[in-house]
Amino acid sequence: MFESKQVIVLGERDGIAGPAIAACVASAGGTVVYTSTECFV
Amino acid sequence: MDLNSQEVIKRLSDEHGADNLVVILGAPDDESAEIAAETVVLGDPTYAGALAEAQLGLSVYHVLEEEFRSHVDDDVWEEQIGVMADVLDAEGISAAVKGMRDQKP
Repeated sequence: MFESKQVIVLGERDGIAGPAIAACVASAGGTVVYTSTECFV
Repeated sequence: MDLNSQEVIKRLSDEHGADNLVVILGAPDDESAEIAAETVVLGDPTYAGALAEAQLGLSVYHVLEEEFRSHVDDDVWEEQIGVMADVLDAEGISAAVKGMRDQKP
């Protein structure tokens, strides 16, 4: 899924936070180039 | 979507090429997931940020979609996502993001 891809992680405070997603992406072999945890209002 | 994130995504798309980027979302519901997905596929619907009228057509998935989850180690998944996978409406969120992904120009 992530072969030769750069991964952008857009977590949300009320859902799944960015660092948690980034850890999953790393586990899946992806390279994270940006991580944020937003607050949707 | 946060204006700073939009600027970073625009820059990364210019640097790496849209075809080489994948976006993973952690939105808590189908509405916010759909808006975030729309922003990186068709452009910012609020016309407030750098992605306004920028049809990047990025590949976008929600973290709870099976297409993504199936690639993640089970122990990591349990530790990082855990009960949130049961609390959130994975089916509705997945449908919303897939619907936007299918509109990729």
